[in-house]
Amino acid sequence: MTGRRLDASRSPGHGIDRSRPLILTLGEDTVRGFAGDTVASAAIAGGSIVCGPSLYRARPRGILTAGIEEPNALLHLEPTAPGTPAESMLPATTLEATDGMRARWLQGMGVLDPLGDEEVYEHHHVHTDVLVIGAGPAGLAAAREAARSGARTMLLDEQSMLGGSLLSGRHERIEDRPALDWVAEVAAEFDAAEETRVLRRTTAIGAYDANFVVAVERCERDAEPRPGVPRQRIWHLRAREVVLATGAHERPLVFADNDRPGIMLAGAVRSYLNRWAVAPGERVVVATTNDAPYALVEDLVEAGIEVAAVVDARPAPSERAAAVLAASGVQARHGAAVVGTDADGEGVLSGVVVADLDADGAPSAETTGIAADLLAISGGHSPVLHLHTQRQGPVAWSDRAGGFVPTGAVAHQQVVGAAAGLPSLADALETGARAGQAAAAATGWETALQLPTAPAEPTGAVRPLWLLPDPRLPEGEPLDPERWRNHLVDLQRDQSVADILRATGAGMRSVEHIKRYTSISTASDQGKTSAVAAVGAIATLLAQQEGSTADLSAVGVPRHRPPYSPVAFAALAGRRRRELFDPVRVTNIHPWHVDQGAVFEDVGQWKRPRFYPQALPGGGVEDMDAAVARECLAVRGGVGMQDVSTLGKIEIRGADAPEFLNRVYTNGFAKLAVGKGRYGLMCTADGMLFDDGVTLRIAPDRYLMTTTTGGAAKVLDWLEEWLQTEWPELDVVLTSVTEHWNTIAVAGPRSREVIAQVAPELDVSQEGFGFMEFRATTLANGIPARICRISFSGELSFEVNVENFHGQAAWELIRTAGEAAGITPYGTETMHVLRAEKGLVIIGQDTDGTVTPQDAGMEWAVSTFKDFIGKRSFSRPDTSRSDRKQFVGLQPLDGRTRVEEGTHVIAPDTPMTPEAGPVPHLGHITSSYHSATLGHPIALGLVSGGFDRIGEQVRAVLEDGSLLEMEIVPSVFYDPDGSRRDG
Amino acid sequence: MATPLPEHPDFLWRNPEPKATYDVVIVGGGGHGLATAYYLGSRHGITDVAILEKGWLAGGNMARNTTIIRSNYLWDESAAIYEQSLKLWEELPEELDYDFLFSQRGVLNLAHTEQDVRESRRRVAANRLNGVDAEYLDPAGVAEVCPIVNTGDDIRYPVLGATYQPRAGIAKHDHVAWALARRCDEMGVDIIQNCEVTGFDIDHGRVTGVQTSRGRIGAGRVGLSVAGYSTVLAEKAGIRLPIQSHPLQALVSELFEPVHPTVVMSNHVHVYVSQAHKGELVMGAGVDGYIGYGQRGAFHVIEEQMAAAVELFPIFSRAHLLRTWGGIVDTTPDASPIISPTEVEGLFVNGGWGTGGFKGTPGAGLTFAHTIATGAPHPLSAPFVLDRFTTGHLIDEHGAAAVAH
Amino acid sequence: MLLIDCPHCGPRDEVEFHYGGEARVAYPADPHAVDDRAWAEFLFFRANPAGEFTERWQHSAGCRKWFHALRDTRSYEVLATAALGRPLPGERGADAAGTSTDAAGTTTDGAGA
Repeated sequence: MTGRRLDASRSPGHGIDRSRPLILTLGEDTVRGFAGDTVASAAIAGGSIVCGPSLYRARPRGILTAGIEEPNALLHLEPTAPGTPAESMLPATTLEATDGMRARWLQGMGVLDPLGDEEVYEHHHVHTDVLVIGAGPAGLAAAREAARSGARTMLLDEQSMLGGSLLSGRHERIEDRPALDWVAEVAAEFDAAEETRVLRRTTAIGAYDANFVVAVERCERDAEPRPGVPRQRIWHLRAREVVLATGAHERPLVFADNDRPGIMLAGAVRSYLNRWAVAPGERVVVATTNDAPYALVEDLVEAGIEVAAVVDARPAPSERAAAVLAASGVQARHGAAVVGTDADGEGVLSGVVVADLDADGAPSAETTGIAADLLAISGGHSPVLHLHTQRQGPVAWSDRAGGFVPTGAVAHQQVVGAAAGLPSLADALETGARAGQAAAAATGWETALQLPTAPAEPTGAVRPLWLLPDPRLPEGEPLDPERWRNHLVDLQRDQSVADILRATGAGMRSVEHIKRYTSISTASDQGKTSAVAAVGAIATLLAQQEGSTADLSAVGVPRHRPPYSPVAFAALAGRRRRELFDPVRVTNIHPWHVDQGAVFEDVGQWKRPRFYPQALPGGGVEDMDAAVARECLAVRGGVGMQDVSTLGKIEIRGADAPEFLNRVYTNGFAKLAVGKGRYGLMCTADGMLFDDGVTLRIAPDRYLMTTTTGGAAKVLDWLEEWLQTEWPELDVVLTSVTEHWNTIAVAGPRSREVIAQVAPELDVSQEGFGFMEFRATTLANGIPARICRISFSGELSFEVNVENFHGQAAWELIRTAGEAAGITPYGTETMHVLRAEKGLVIIGQDTDGTVTPQDAGMEWAVSTFKDFIGKRSFSRPDTSRSDRKQFVGLQPLDGRTRVEEGTHVIAPDTPMTPEAGPVPHLGHITSSYHSATLGHPIALGLVSGGFDRIGEQVRAVLEDGSLLEMEIVPSVFYDPDGSRRDG
Repeated sequence: MATPLPEHPDFLWRNPEPKATYDVVIVGGGGHGLATAYYLGSRHGITDVAILEKGWLAGGNMARNTTIIRSNYLWDESAAIYEQSLKLWEELPEELDYDFLFSQRGVLNLAHTEQDVRESRRRVAANRLNGVDAEYLDPAGVAEVCPIVNTGDDIRYPVLGATYQPRAGIAKHDHVAWALARRCDEMGVDIIQNCEVTGFDIDHGRVTGVQTSRGRIGAGRVGLSVAGYSTVLAEKAGIRLPIQSHPLQALVSELFEPVHPTVVMSNHVHVYVSQAHKGELVMGAGVDGYIGYGQRGAFHVIEEQMAAAVELFPIFSRAHLLRTWGGIVDTTPDASPIISPTEVEGLFVNGGWGTGGFKGTPGAGLTFAHTIATGAPHPLSAPFVLDRFTTGHLIDEHGAAAVAH
Repeated sequence: MLLIDCPHCGPRDEVEFHYGGEARVAYPADPHAVDDRAWAEFLFFRANPAGEFTERWQHSAGCRKWFHALRDTRSYEVLATAALGRPLPGERGADAAGTSTDAAGTTTDGAGA
């Protein structure tokens, strides 16, 4: 067991509140921590650095990092409250510990909780002048300058506290005061400024066009969910200027057995030591390629923790190294590297093996062992440039920085501090402040630059180490993959240098291929610690093969793709669940339908009553067939009423409205008399049926068009597009009025007597009110109405249009007036049956975007006199074929089998051996019902050459494979003479 | 402990310098280009072939798709070519001696409206006559095949049913490309990466070679398989194609223990999802609306996708979006591919596969190889020639417009 | 998420707009006078360049006006927008002040997979 909490005399513990203890359960263990702990810091304080073993090879693993880049320490978090789901794959290094929390280690793979997530996830949309991402020294300096200018400024940071890297430090000073005092002052000043906002626990996950940034906020709240308090917020930020102060991730070193528990990034050791007052080990070896870990050496010594040795790859001590070593008396090996490790029985680090490096970086055969329970490693730093490269910002390898750094700017975006490859505090402050000032100025807000100062510190060179063979192995082929199997590159994916060697050996050169061959950098950490190590190894290997020097830029890094860190699906779904997944549209009469127990159907976004099941005398309710049969018979034998308010309605006004309609409808509308309506067909430019409906002429320059329910928006789009882009000279104005009117169809032979009561001022006689005419009138209850004689059932029928507000009153009026006649509400299913009996097409059900008006048997509605959209297409070879699929009726010869819609029909002599090859078919059934009126099933369909096949027999291939003889008949089954239309 | 994926072969392909001339030059080293070269060699004995790839092999849409394989298309012409493709998929692991994780775990296409139900039943009926395995399932049947789908009525658009094709499935896209590449390489085909075609040499209406970033390469015949850039390349030869290039995004989660046994697609709420062998959830999003060659799309498209996923699969609520990316999808007016000779003799084009490209890989390769080798369309690809846009004989796979009174 | 400057309303998020593809595709003066190939060109063939592109958008969730945009299809950068009939700054090779003759052609969308 290693790891313990240090008392306040040994560590500042910036991040914990020792007055607020907490207890959590980690697997079988009870772990004590403090508010401010992550699960990882609490676990290490509790004595264990070991987490779940590795995914494929089950190698023991430990906590490697102190942040989002963690590859090993992944948790399954048990529900935090009853009724909430568990969550998997959360890094222990970022998960804030809470009292009572229960979690367990995972082995690189999560477990999904079947329980749905009922918590609230908000989405916010915000505009800002300046957006600063990262609240370390550079970001704070930038935010302060921008805020001082008066620009609207937002500052985001993924941590619960501001300060970034300063939280991991001990004696850093800014503007002659302790760095964290400076942080607090800047935060206070920023908060006090107008139009500024700080978001803590907020990670910018994606950067998109024109400075659109998406961020996730983990809301601070009690463990218990409370109504209205979201669990997380997704921020959609549109910034005029962005400053990226996202810092850098330290990289591990790749050597034999570099993945044992007890091996930790040096910067992470420092974070645990200073931020959380946790010592992850008692005897530490520090292995580095750069200057950064010398600050850790100082802090360890000050905290009274033994530093057994520093192993520095650089042949001579840098200025900084020399100073620290001299002051601390710590022993160091220069020009040396850790080339292997030893472990105890549990696989936990017990010692390191050190070898000297020659000028080419090859280790000597002679090695030294050093006992240690903690190896702090630093392979260099990778600037966090995800938000830069997501915007196609260029990067290249920098020997000076020892990492990939930006080599150009994205428009209206700046990269500062460690993210720009500038690790020193002074550089971070300066680049940050300058960027903040410049960003504000670019948005029109000026301020005099006030550079925060920090003591200058030397930064020595970096000597990267990419391929460190294990000198303890017997002689052999140096690049034999077997010698490299325990040189782990991607710890989460359990991929080693051996895997890279196999990929390059297979002929792969591109880092993208090697990534895919090995899966390196595709795990939940997305290669934050492994991608550059892989590139370094690949570049070195290719250079060895080709006798050149390693060129990391030429190999390239795998492109960073959003999101920067994982986000729960539910958070991104936000409120778009159930009724908010897509808007629900209902008519004003909807509550009545609900009261009556209607069964609804989704048509577009609308809820439409499909049928109204009635209670059966013996208990229970009607099924759909029974209800529909009853509703159909009521309409045919008496009178029915239907809410048809969902039909699209577009008002078309202007001197050129007649000409406009002539161009968009296949039939003529210019000569339509005022006070009359006409059924019209619309085609796409390639001649296929697109929509239909009745259009009324209200005045010489004013029409009211109706469209299908689902097609309303599309039709308006279509009309506007032609009007604006093709015929701007036409004097026409289009207005969607779908929701201005409620429309009630009253259909059936007794509809006239009902309408006579409802509209007492109206002459409803056949002579006084002809088919396809409409009248303005006042209903018996004083409501103004427009009543049309339109029929979609073949029966005498009226449509009553009232202003939306009066919908329910009109409905009630008609229902009451119809009581004596037994008026029956009916739904869409009955409407479908009634129109099918009359052979009327439903666009979208009987047509599918490949059907012309001629195919649908509506040549009568296609003008031969005028041009209209789509007309030219009818003369193309394919549209003038005689064997096109045509709209016909079909009837089962057995007089009782109702076939499923979609059933295909074949010619009687067609061999049926699908195994031998496709069975040629003639077409399919588009509509199929039992007709209660006719007492037998009816069907409509599209059949090749169908018009010429009337009277012929075909075979329907039923779902169970059996065949049903059907006869092709005219599409009009009922009242072919149309005698019922006028009552 | 998780089971690692099968190991790859020790050697895949050479990285040769281009020769001065080849019998056939395939432009585009994606799945289709590789499959075309493979069938040119294996079915037509033509191996003096170069595959020219401007970037890294199979790094375009082949590396970016959601790996769904199915053949349950509506129209006879589509069903025929996709079913042939599926039959080839069934043979290829053995034929190529490469376990590319072809898994026939079935695909459900969900229906959420009465119109969806009609279209689904119609497609099942058509599929069966065309020899495509298909059945229609009610919600209970859907739950049996995939218990994690929410088949209750507590969602905006409840699941009313689904079509099910048991032989459909997924495969590991990269591995498919490498399997084909290895065989092509063995047959002597030169795979030339980082070689961008910049122009065509055309002499008296006949193609004689291509100009590339690595110099001129002579060619007896040239086949274009450059999805995303079909129009850009064709234009260099003076050919217009009715193709528009749109961003199409996809995404994965981190690894999870298996919960999703099949592939589920829903056009209505717009999601398609499977769980890959390693354990990640793989999802496709909708096409971004505008023309775009950036291999990336907008985040609102991803968010809509997430909403659809959580709506249909409550169990995915706390899965995490790990990585998103985009490809460039060729879209055609009828959502069907173009496999066709062109007005330039010896120059052939294969593109416009929309979202069907991966599943169509072997079928495209087989028919395109035939077209290149013989100069005439393969019977299965004959309906997909360019002439259809003039005659009007489209093969409209957009499906019926969901409109009802 | 593109930021598109509607010539009538100002800059708005992409989600407020509907895309309309290539701009300035003329509807044949007399469709019945052109042959099938030319008609097919009008119906189905649209420019699809990788680079600067003059295209149409409609501010469908705003003023509902169609307008022209000059956009780079590789970087997605919207370089300029202009109301129909107005010059589009930076547009090359076009009669920038020319009248708009855009057709409502067939649009494609590749749903499903």
